[in-house]
Amino acid sequence: MAITKNRSMMITATNKVEIAIVREQDVVPLRNRVKDYGVKAGMSILNQTKLITATSELVRNLLKYGGGGKVLVEEVNNGRDKGVRATFIDNGPGIADIDLAMKDGYSTGKSLGLGLPGTKRLVNEFDIKTEMGVGTTVTIIKWKNG
Amino acid sequence: MQKNVLGGLKEYESKLNTIWTQLLLERGSTDGATEEEESKEFTSLFLEAIKLGGNSTDLNSQEFDKLYDLLTGISISRAKRGFSPRETGQYIISFKEAASKILSEIESEPAALYAANLELSTIVDNLTIMTFESFLKGREDVIARQTEEISEISTPVIRVWEGVVALPIIGTLDSSRTQIVMENLLQQIVDTGSSIAILDISGVPAVDSLVAQHLIKTVSATRLMGAECIISGIRPEIAQTVVHLGIDLTGIVTKATLASALQTAFEMLQLTVVKRK
Ligand SMILES: Nc1ncnc2c1ncn2[C@@H]1O[C@H](COP(=O)(O)OP(=O)(O)OP(=O)(O)O)[C@@H](O)[C@H]1O
Ligand SMILES: [Mg+2]
Repeated sequence: MAITKNRSMMITATNKVEIAIVREQDVVPLRNRVKDYGVKAGMSILNQTKLITATSELVRNLLKYGGGGKVLVEEVNNGRDKGVRATFIDNGPGIADIDLAMKDGYSTGKSLGLGLPGTKRLVNEFDIKTEMGVGTTVTIIKWKNG
Repeated sequence: MQKNVLGGLKEYESKLNTIWTQLLLERGSTDGATEEEESKEFTSLFLEAIKLGGNSTDLNSQEFDKLYDLLTGISISRAKRGFSPRETGQYIISFKEAASKILSEIESEPAALYAANLELSTIVDNLTIMTFESFLKGREDVIARQTEEISEISTPVIRVWEGVVALPIIGTLDSSRTQIVMENLLQQIVDTGSSIAILDISGVPAVDSLVAQHLIKTVSATRLMGAECIISGIRPEIAQTVVHLGIDLTGIVTKATLASALQTAFEMLQLTVVKRK
């Protein structure tokens, strides 16, 4: 069990799984796994859908730009609400300008450029850390009632 | 220098084959005659590898190449003939037993016998693992083929009315699947001379930016063919998620259900459905 301090609120995390992502075929099983966590936390269909859509965006970025990596999925509890935390870790090239990457419509991959900013709107907590040449880690939390 | 007890098996090749075949028949781990030639070849390649200097310190050395190739072939062919992985494992393990039996007849000194058996075990255990890997590989090939087949059969284009085709999409829309969907749809529009296509996504679990982009592309392609495309089956949770993501679907005709999409299609075709009195 890991305990992290977050905005004066303690979050406890349990039932951590680590899922390796190396190819497109790994996306659907991951999504199903994350959905199971959402169901277990008692999420509404709407929040489950937001969570798996966010997962889908981040895992595709991890594959497309990060060259693959791993995803950690955990049940979290802040004392008031249950939820799911997912952490997407890659050892890819990193993102040069996070502010730019977080803008709607910005894409280096000839895509819609909605993955990162859209994901941030779909979840309750969003954190991105990146270092050039080292990799990118994105952490999201979706609360049951969030 | 230790003496090469294992190498001594070479002189007992036919005896080794006889004992092995007998063990296999007792255990029912062979289907008999069809396999006899392969088994003989296996024994001969095994002994050859040892003679050439193949040993347990380097199981990937080239001395073993021919033996490994043959074994992979045997495993795959056994998998196809319906043997379970356990039976194929037994096949190789029985070889070890037969060889070990002969070793104890030709070597009386315990330490040398022990060393020879250990060497034999290490080599044969590796062979056993290989049979499982080949078996799995065979299975994976089958799964890959089936996945491809499923993605083709699960995207049927249905002619719902004169001039109207519908395409229900079930499951995840990835890039390769979209390609198939799009080709099918465009072809059907041409073949049936349809002017309206309905893409029903009731069975799509989530619409992320990639799926949305694929949908938008499909709609554009349909329009280029001179037909109109309606997207139906947008569940409430999908609609809200799409909005939060920031995907712009204005300009695309979207409907909650296939029924209302059909209604819209009728209106476009200036058809009315009336209830008979
Ligand atoms: N894990 C990552 N590693 C490196 N660069 C990344 C990573 N994730 C995102 N990026 C960069 O940030 C940009 C914006 O990402 P975002 O997901 O918002 O858009 P996109 O993937 O280009 O398009 P969309 O997700 O809408 O299909 C990407 O084009 C890419 O340059
Ligand atoms: Mg993206």
